[in-house]
Amino acid sequence: MAARDEILAALRRNAPAGPPHPALDGVAAAFPDLLAQFAQAVAAVGGTCLRVPDLAAADAALRALPIHAGARRVVSLVAGVGGATVDAAAVQDPHALADLDLSVLRADLAVAENGACWIEGPSLPHHALAVIPEHVAVVVDAAAVVPDLHAAYAALDLPGRPRWGLFLSGPSKTADIEQSLVIGAHGARSATVLLIG
Amino acid sequence: MSAPSDAAVAAGAGAPPPVHHPGGRQAGPYPGHPAAAARFTADVARAHWHDESLWFVRVKRDRAAAQLPAWERLRELAEQIKAHALANLAGYLEEFERNATARGATVHWARDAADHNRIVHELLSARGVTRVVKSKSMLTEECGLNPYLEARGVEVVDTDLGERIVQFRGEPPSHIVLPAIHIKKEEIGALFHEKLGTAAGASDPKYLTEAARGHLREKFLAAQAGITGVNFAVADTGAVVVCTNEGNADMGTALPPLHIACMGLEKLVPRAEDLGVFLRLLARSATGQPVTTYSTHFLGPKPGGELHLVLVDNGRSALLARDPFRRALSCIRCGACMNTCPVFRRSGGYSYGTTVPGPIGSVLGPAQGPGAHATLPFASTLCGSCADVCPVRIDLHHQLLAWRRELVAGGHAPAGKTLALRVTAWIFASPWRFAAAGRLARAALRLLPRGLVARLSGAWGRQRELPAPPAESFRDLYRRTHGRP
Amino acid sequence: MAARQAHNRGVMPTVALFVPCYVDQLYPQVAVATLRLLERHGCRVVFPPEQTCCGQPMANAGQAADAAPLARAFLDTFAGYDHVVAPSGSCVAMVRHQYPGLAPDHPALQQVRASTYELCEYLHDVLGVRRVEGRFAAKVGLHRSCHGQRELRLASGSERQVPPFDKVKTLLSTLEGITLVEPSRTDECCGFGGTFAATEEAVSCLMGKDRLDDHARAGAEVITGVDMSCLMHLDGLARRERRPVRILHVAEVLLGEAA
Repeated sequence: MAARDEILAALRRNAPAGPPHPALDGVAAAFPDLLAQFAQAVAAVGGTCLRVPDLAAADAALRALPIHAGARRVVSLVAGVGGATVDAAAVQDPHALADLDLSVLRADLAVAENGACWIEGPSLPHHALAVIPEHVAVVVDAAAVVPDLHAAYAALDLPGRPRWGLFLSGPSKTADIEQSLVIGAHGARSATVLLIG
Repeated sequence: MSAPSDAAVAAGAGAPPPVHHPGGRQAGPYPGHPAAAARFTADVARAHWHDESLWFVRVKRDRAAAQLPAWERLRELAEQIKAHALANLAGYLEEFERNATARGATVHWARDAADHNRIVHELLSARGVTRVVKSKSMLTEECGLNPYLEARGVEVVDTDLGERIVQFRGEPPSHIVLPAIHIKKEEIGALFHEKLGTAAGASDPKYLTEAARGHLREKFLAAQAGITGVNFAVADTGAVVVCTNEGNADMGTALPPLHIACMGLEKLVPRAEDLGVFLRLLARSATGQPVTTYSTHFLGPKPGGELHLVLVDNGRSALLARDPFRRALSCIRCGACMNTCPVFRRSGGYSYGTTVPGPIGSVLGPAQGPGAHATLPFASTLCGSCADVCPVRIDLHHQLLAWRRELVAGGHAPAGKTLALRVTAWIFASPWRFAAAGRLARAALRLLPRGLVARLSGAWGRQRELPAPPAESFRDLYRRTHGRP
Repeated sequence: MAARQAHNRGVMPTVALFVPCYVDQLYPQVAVATLRLLERHGCRVVFPPEQTCCGQPMANAGQAADAAPLARAFLDTFAGYDHVVAPSGSCVAMVRHQYPGLAPDHPALQQVRASTYELCEYLHDVLGVRRVEGRFAAKVGLHRSCHGQRELRLASGSERQVPPFDKVKTLLSTLEGITLVEPSRTDECCGFGGTFAATEEAVSCLMGKDRLDDHARAGAEVITGVDMSCLMHLDGLARRERRPVRILHVAEVLLGEAA
């Protein structure tokens, strides 16, 4: 506690005058076609966006993809989509998900400007599901697409949210070797967004 | 537990002797920026390659910024939010601590690097942890955490690909966002051949990245704890946000039960809604992406797990007192000032001799100790490009100028240069002396042999001609043609 | 002493010519071109002979105590004129941005700061010149010197997301016969940087050569700019390597080809 009090005292002693917290105005993005913009943004970050009318169509679209054809171990958190072969609820230790081929996740919200999907969860294995499988598919309702991150945070009400949440924008990637973009650094090698409706 | 002295930590106790790699950090004491930069530029082709690599990132940044009509407004807001947060930092840290604690995290306070390293090590040793994976954290670099833990029998694996590469080479990152930007793919190929058994001569980035993925996947699965840095901590929520493209912070924290997140005090923003401003700016400024692939919000420990947040001062509260340098605490570590800096691009990150190099590092470095970093504020042409790309509008080049004044006043500038400029100022103080000295110098330039003039002009004349001196100055010409007014 | 102000409204202003110290001694033709250009645009121009140096070399080296007497002398010399005009972006930036810190109590500080202009800025903003009479038949590359660019905002710049403008290019583009060519990096620093040119010689010279290469690839036969200091560095490098490029101050180019 000594360190804490010393640090806080020093910060109070040394605090400069500062401006008030500014109103975050004049920054909102606007797009003529929100969903087209979202699909374009997903593609720009290396993902694939498929627009489907309903969950059944999402399931069919996913099954038609090569990432599903080769997938033996599949977790799905969206009933009726992807044909789960592994029951995530039964997994206690996320290490058991190490050889997962595909996870199908649900996003509560998506951002048109940058193609990011908000995925969250209260429990242990779910966080690994976003990053550990070879491929990831995200199901999101068209109505849940907002223009930008300001709208996203306004809708999220983060203080009321559970243990973790992430904006996932495309597949895992790196350019650490001579700035050459390589998809599939540590996380999913592909990210498919199934946009419903 | 007996902690070794800071000197032992700084020397990288237990680390193997440094091997010199091409373009890498030089062995021996730091010679100051001009000498280190001269060594880097001596290989002109390599300096140009480094320059082009970073300019490519700068161009991507320009394109990404141009896509947002509100770009300049976002920068203004980011500047104001940070100024507001810094002015009220103690209160916001208390609010953050309350909220994070209520969510089940444990908050630790570290006065300095030694506190930080001790806290992290105690958390690990109390749980018998000997295998740790770490995602990018310039703070842990600043504190020298890796050598500290390694000296105590803890394996620390840096999981960011670029950081793993420099870790294999026994080097620190040369750039805060692009740690291995100074290394060629052929050199990485040879390194991975030695360390990971990749095919001899292979240098395809896709192949090498795949090899690193396999290697680091094993490390992730075997780790007993994950250490991450923090991009933003949110007071009203108690959240910490970590941004990566590779997913290494997520892999490193989703698997083991223990997550330790280390952050400088200045990472705090007041409200969750502020994240919208900063996340729109950060990746665009850093790499030209609209957002990082993974922007992960840690809102508490996982069930059955632990989340520890280590808040580190290490000179930050003292810097807060110093106008104008306190503005450097607004930095969000995007690296844009490095990518745009024409000096950094041609001299490399190691030429700065600091954890954080480039323009922002040249402001932060002298604050840590002016003597050792006295050349950094002068390692700039004051071109100002850094200030114009900075997403939080830090007036970097003006800060460098302010540092020059402090260093001169403190006797840290080279005496010869200071004296020469003082004599020049004395000459300039009188129009008569100025005119006479000018006449003398022009005559000397005209009359002396060219080779001698080149030698006398020292650093100017090695690669540059002096101007051809005119017979008459403008003031003489004006007096002749216009008369004395 | 000559009148420092035009007496009547409607009469063109009296301009005090501020000639940077090294231009005075090494590049008198640039000062002459500036003088003639201002007179051609109707100004009454005087050269206050008491002037020496604005103090920038000392100030940028951190030697505020050595720069301050020069700042005060400058303010004494140039107080009261309608306008003060210099063929230099960095010297004007010095007066505008650094003098408040060096001579905060000088009675003429605000008046001189507000009336001191870089040449192209003056032509463009104060005289409202949008067309320069003259002919300059060459491929010309514009070196956008940093202090003019980012301290005086002579152009919008490559970093900021603001509506594009470029005052110097606007003026140059109206010359008869001129072809303006753009380097790939439109406003990168040349590496001069005052004492940086000597203390960081290696990086300074590499930066300068890179600018020369970039302009050469763009096809520039002439490189021009608002600051003779940057141009002196580029010219020194170009002449040492016998590069086939002419380096001219923007005042010389705007004056048009000598008969």
